[in-house]
Amino acid sequence: MTVTAAFFYLFAGITVASAIMVIAARNPVHSVLYLILAFVNSAGLFILLGAEFLAMILIVVYVGAVAVLFLFVIMLLDVDFAELRQGALQYLPIGTVVGIIFLVELILVLTTYAFDPALLNLPAAAERQTGVTNTAQLGSVIYTKYVYFFQLSGLILLVAMIGAIVLTLRDRPGVKRQDAAKQAARTRETSIEVRKVNSREGV
Amino acid sequence: MPEILLTVLLIAFKSLVLMVSLLVFIAYILYADRKVWAAVQLRRGPNVVGPWGLLQSFADLLKFVLKEPVIPAGANKGLFLLAPFILVVLALAAWAVIPVNEGWAIADINVGILFVFAVSSLQVYGVIIGGWASNSKYAFLGALRSAAQMVSYEVSIGFVIITVLLCVGSLNLTQIVLAQDSAWGILGWFWLPLFPMFVIFLISALAETNRPPFDLPEAESELVAGFMVEYSSTPYLLFMLGEYVAIMTMCALMTILFLGGWLSPIPFAPFTWVPGPVWFVLKMCLCFYMFAMTKAFVPRYRYDQLMRLGWKVFLPISLAAVVIVAGVLQLTGWAPGAQ
Repeated sequence: MTVTAAFFYLFAGITVASAIMVIAARNPVHSVLYLILAFVNSAGLFILLGAEFLAMILIVVYVGAVAVLFLFVIMLLDVDFAELRQGALQYLPIGTVVGIIFLVELILVLTTYAFDPALLNLPAAAERQTGVTNTAQLGSVIYTKYVYFFQLSGLILLVAMIGAIVLTLRDRPGVKRQDAAKQAARTRETSIEVRKVNSREGV
Repeated sequence: MPEILLTVLLIAFKSLVLMVSLLVFIAYILYADRKVWAAVQLRRGPNVVGPWGLLQSFADLLKFVLKEPVIPAGANKGLFLLAPFILVVLALAAWAVIPVNEGWAIADINVGILFVFAVSSLQVYGVIIGGWASNSKYAFLGALRSAAQMVSYEVSIGFVIITVLLCVGSLNLTQIVLAQDSAWGILGWFWLPLFPMFVIFLISALAETNRPPFDLPEAESELVAGFMVEYSSTPYLLFMLGEYVAIMTMCALMTILFLGGWLSPIPFAPFTWVPGPVWFVLKMCLCFYMFAMTKAFVPRYRYDQLMRLGWKVFLPISLAAVVIVAGVLQLTGWAPGAQ
């Protein structure tokens, strides 16, 4: 048990420290790298809870895909954050208001919520009792009890994806595009014409 | 407390044995790669160091280690040196869950396949950080290309893995191999019923590991050496090593998912006497032979063609395959219960 506790404090400490470094680092690329460190350590916390499926999905989705895109965008844009900070002071009042609302909401949620007693069996404990892996347990709940929520979240992502495509898709005239199917469908007959060219006359 | 210490020591010992044998194996895979490539081009390949050039990789290793590492003046020094380590450590970490024989995996975890997938999706950081920290245009362009490429092909690899998992009912790598164990031997492995998926996985694995014909991140003719252009000496060696370990991981995954892992292709006596790891290594060599021959045969893709193949061809096919395989399993009642 002491080993588990030691690992918990290790992961939790690094998570909090790197989360602070995300906003403290001067270089935005370093911020994203600290964010990744925070993600990986939260995955470690999930593993300690026995939720290995969530841990792996966290790494695959957030670290493997989302953070890569963050890094990608930040490196491409090369934002000058020092310049951005110049006008930060005029946003201070509204920022404070949003922060306070968020803090109050968090306090309200954290002080009043309670676990459904049926859910108190943590995945690890449940697995030890039933021998069913938590991947299977999650699947049996997500696809039955919460199937509409699951579909809904998928739909939201789909809408976001379509929105992004619509925003970036533009059909500029005069741009040559490659049509692979058309190229592959070309035959000798349709693309080559043999002509007899007489000397000094041209085609 | 001594029990924990003993467990830790045992795991450390196992890891050491696995790592040493893997690295020696990779030394000869590198040699084989060059020999195959040479044979296709009617050259001799490495043949000077040791008998038949067998010690070539070790000579290269010594040469790399003894050279002076050069760090560009404008580079972000910490990240520049961190990048190759990230790549090689993550590549080696994937091997912790790969079972070379029944019960031989160092960590036989429930979500083994997800672990390998997660770790291989993290390898892109080694490439991006290396390219960015070099503070060079070629390196940066190579890193950007690589990031886009790896993220794109991971999607189709993910769906291919899901089709296999649907047939198995477990995410454990050992269970995946055991699910292919039947009286049919080689005909009972997943490469036959899921043949299109096997092909997609092979091609995506080439793209994921930046192997030719998808080696756009390090295309010599356009980007000199892509994200590795500023690296020399041991850091460069680590990049190369990480790349080859990743290739081996992909070969091992192909072996486990489609080629029946350590199982014998002909399921009766003299063949079943051959130990499992021998079959496993032979199958990995077969997969690598395909990688090496592709490198020798196929000209490099253009970047937009590579993206088109990933997003417009493989993604729809593999997405449809997930639906079809799930539907067939459900309708015929072949679907395995969750394990």
